[in-house]
Parts: sequence; structure tokens; C-alpha cells
Amino acid sequence: MALDPSYLEYPHRRRGYDHDFFEWSCLHTRPPVHWPDGTSVAVWLCVSLEWFPIVPAGPFKAPGHMQTAYPDYRHYTARDYGNRVGVWRMLDALAAAGVKASFATNAAIAERYPELVAAVIEGGHEIIAHSTDMNGTIDSSLTREAESALIGEAMARIEAASGVRPTGWLSIARQQSWHTADLLKEHGLTYTCDWVNDELPYAFKNGLINLPLNHELSDRQIITVQQKSADSWAESLTDAFDWLAGEAAAQGGAGRMLPVHLTPYIMGLPYRIKALEDWLQGISQRPESWFATGEEIIAHWHKQEQQDG
Amino acid sequence: MEPRPHDPDLYDYHPYRGRPKITWPGGKSVAVWVAPNLEYYEIDPPAHPARKAWPSLHPSVVGYAHRDHSNRVSHWRMAEVMSKHGFPGSVSLSVALCQHHPEVVEDANQRDWEFFSHGIYNTRYAYEMDEAQERAIIEDSIHTVQEATGQRIRGWLAPALTHTPRTLDLLSQYDFTYTCDLYHDDQVQEVKVKQGRLASIPYSLEVNDHYGFFVYNMSGREYADALIRQYERLAAEGEYSGTVMCIPLHAYLIGQPHRIGPFEEALRHIAADGRAWIARAGEIVDHWRGQTGGGQG
Repeated sequence: MALDPSYLEYPHRRRGYDHDFFEWSCLHTRPPVHWPDGTSVAVWLCVSLEWFPIVPAGPFKAPGHMQTAYPDYRHYTARDYGNRVGVWRMLDALAAAGVKASFATNAAIAERYPELVAAVIEGGHEIIAHSTDMNGTIDSSLTREAESALIGEAMARIEAASGVRPTGWLSIARQQSWHTADLLKEHGLTYTCDWVNDELPYAFKNGLINLPLNHELSDRQIITVQQKSADSWAESLTDAFDWLAGEAAAQGGAGRMLPVHLTPYIMGLPYRIKALEDWLQGISQRPESWFATGEEIIAHWHKQEQQDG
Repeated sequence: MEPRPHDPDLYDYHPYRGRPKITWPGGKSVAVWVAPNLEYYEIDPPAHPARKAWPSLHPSVVGYAHRDHSNRVSHWRMAEVMSKHGFPGSVSLSVALCQHHPEVVEDANQRDWEFFSHGIYNTRYAYEMDEAQERAIIEDSIHTVQEATGQRIRGWLAPALTHTPRTLDLLSQYDFTYTCDLYHDDQVQEVKVKQGRLASIPYSLEVNDHYGFFVYNMSGREYADALIRQYERLAAEGEYSGTVMCIPLHAYLIGQPHRIGPFEEALRHIAADGRAWIARAGEIVDHWRGQTGGGQG
């Protein structure tokens, strides 16, 4: 038995990456970024607002999607609980701590639940585009035209329903195709949150900015996948904050970022929400923390990038 | 198809009770080595008939970017913590990293870490290779690492843990000293090869950070606690005959900001304890070989 000879050929074995999306760069040797007022850790809260059609469709099934035979009332309603109840607890928790967040929002949420999206905007939070609904997944099975239409439809519907045209985009499950980065740029978006390879914003070759939304620090990963408690989630997030603050201090105040990805139907449950409330209260009182939305972080970073040349 | 015996005949049975005493330098009871995997996963690898590289259509953005975190951010975070507490690395290297990101390889070399091969890429699997193909990846590994670091590699951890029945025989033919692919023991052991000699050094799946976080679903603190428990037991048993503890790591896992702090505490504990010989893989195998005279230790 032998493998095809081409299996031992390496056409992209070269300096740098085996793709052309962005250049390699090392966080620890970049010019430091500094956050406002002497803070050192930008805390970026990103809440996903998801509507799951009871009939799954699209290139792949989104995490959290329906699981039983039709009609899966169990998962349809348990997910929608987040939009009806859980997220309102989160909005109160954010207000109590006096912090702003980004809300990665399906177009269907903006259309179906106008009271929710109005409260998000009223609270001073950011809307990030998060596709049409949870069937609006993207992968390389889509043609470029179909993917462009999906992104365009999501942007148009979010803008029409909420009055806001987002500058950021989060793909479902952070999954993209070979065309996504260019298409997001063509649709006028400033940044994506999909690439988890860094801990600060960085620019793609086409000018799109990536604001890495660490999937390991999400409530989905820690609580749903790894089956930890809400208290364990809070402990891990505090350990992360402490480490990043220490790293920043050791490097002369070089800014770090802690992305916190939250899901209303996961963290917004009655027996979990206090862990979030207490964590927000505790970290918002730390002198190192700067709670900011995605676009605020991008704007601040971008201004310094231009100054650094 | 080649014959597939039910017993792969890798080693002789050698009960843990009553073994000859192995002693480590300075009278230490447990040899501790840290094995960072410095890897490159391709974004669009060719298909292998026996194993899929990524769970989704390419590009599998989270999978690829997660691994890339090592090479942009977390290698340095992990390496600094290791250096601070006096732990050199014995690197499981995707040798193509020497071409893609020589900065990472150079950093490890500057820290006086040892390198062994983990294949060309962690997205190219050895299953079903013929002998010439397998020789090609072994020779490629030797030459690539020699050129990039000046080191002649002595060890092997199969790419993505993919083997053929002839891999271990080929390694001894190419004068490799050790394999990290066998998980049958807590001491260095002899491997049965057709010619020459090959040692198996305990690597570990069970306290591998990947298993800790994605098989056993540990938090960063629980994983650090598991390392300390593993260490305490092996240090105690090593008083009778020297044991080996490996800490296999992936920077994109252990170097995440919520995990590195507890991990540092585990290293601090081991370094301060006094029973650990903190060493590189090759030194551990050499000391074992020196005491067993080529026979079974």
C-alpha cells in the first residue's frame, strides 16, 4: 500500500503562512497598544442574539441547533428563552455594573423582537451583524454569489429593522469560506470577530480588521461543552484577567484584551446569572479594566496603528 | 494487505514490581520533562484516505486559527513561564514550522531546547505510507531540523500520532534514540526493533494538556492540580526506581490566559520540591541507557 505521491508534496511550504489572508506577526514584539486613562485590559463583552428556525437548514448545523425529530419544541423554546428572559437579566447586569457590550445579532432577532433590539441600542450597546438567523451559516460549499447575497441580506435586514448598520460581523460558529473576508469588505464592514489566532486586533491584507473573539473563553465552551459550573466559568475568567493585567504591567502597560462571549440561553439562567453579575461587578471595579464595545476597541487600536505608521 | 498480527510485539512484559533501581543525577527520584508541541497545521491539506484533517470544509477557521494562536501569541507566554522556573523544552516539532515561522523555532533553540520530529505537518498522516514514503519523511525531518537548529534529532512522535507497523524499525535504522509514541509505562523501556536499539520514553496522553482540557474537561486549575498529583506519586515511587513524568503541551491550549497562571503554579511546585531531575528527553534516555547497559531497565 502506498499513498498518492502528491501526498508528500508541499507546495505551500514557505516562509509565512500557507494562505494569503494576513501576514504573520508576533504579539510580543509588536509596538504596544495603550488603552484610555491608563487602563491595561480591554474587556470586550459580546452577547450572541440567536433565533433558531425549528427546521434546520444551511450549509451546516449551527451549534445549539435543533436535535430531535420535527418538531423539536424542546430546543426551539429553550433557545428562545434566552431572547425572552435571559438577555433581559444580562441587560440589567450590564447596567448595574455600568458597562457596555456588543450584541452579535441575527437579522431575524432585529425583526422579530424589536423591543429587545431597542433596549440594546438604548443601553448604549453595539450591534454586530450575525447573519440572517441560525440557518445562515457560511462555508465553502456556498458559491461566492450566494454568500454575498446572504451577507447583503443580513446587513439590509438588520439596518431596516434596527436603524443601525453594523460595522462588525460575527459568522455563525466563526466559520468562513475562502471568500468571506473579501465579501465582508465589499459589503462595507470594518471588522470580523471570527479568527481566534490572536489577542489583539490585526489587519488582513485586504484591509478588513480581525477582532479575535476567543472561543475558549465563551460560556458555550466552558459551560456547555466542558460542562463546568458558572462559578468555574467566573474563576477562569478572573484567572485570565489577572494574567493579562500582570502581563501588561510587566510590559510597561502594553494593552491586552479579554473577550467574553456570552449566550443568553446559557449564562442567563436563574441559577447562573449571579456568577455573571458578580464577575462584572468585581472586574469593573479593577483599575486595570476598560470595558469597551468592539467598535470602540477597533477605533482606539486603529488610531494608534496610524500614529505608529 | 500486509499481515496484521493481534499483538504488535512492541515490547516484553516487564512487571512494575521488583524492577532494578534506576537513579537519576543528584539522587533525584523522578525525571521531569516538558514536551511543547510546536506545530503547523495546514489550512488546506490534501485528503488522506484514512483520516480527515478538519471537521468542516476548508478553511476550518476556528481549528486553524486556534492552532495559529501558538505561533502568534502563546508560544512565548508558555516558554517564558517554563524558562522562569528552569524547565527546558523537548520539542515535538512539525518540521515545516522551520520554513513557515522560523522565529518560533529560533526562540526554542535559543532557550537550548531539544527538538524531535512530529512529522512534516500535523495535517499529514503516516497511515498507509509505503517504506520509501516513510523514509522520505524521516529523512526530511532529520535534514530540516539539522539545517534550522544545528541539532541532529534523536526522537520521534508520529505526526498526529499516525503510524505504520514499520515506523519503529525505521527509527532505529536511522539512529534515533527514543520514541514518544508508546504509553505502556512510567519508566523508560526497551522497544523491540529488528536492528539496533530504541527506547520508549514515557510521553503521556493522560496528562497531555489536550486530554486535560478536551477529553477530561478540566479547568486550568484542575489541570494544574492533576499535574501536581501526577508528580507527587511518581516522585514517591521513584525512590524505589527512577520514574519519568512528561508534561506534553500545546501553547494554544496551556498558553491561554485563563490557564497559564495555574500552570505556572504547578511548575513552581515541581521546581521547588527537590525530588525532580528537570531534564530533556535525550538526557533522560541516555542516563537510563547508561544504567541498564542496553538491557531492560
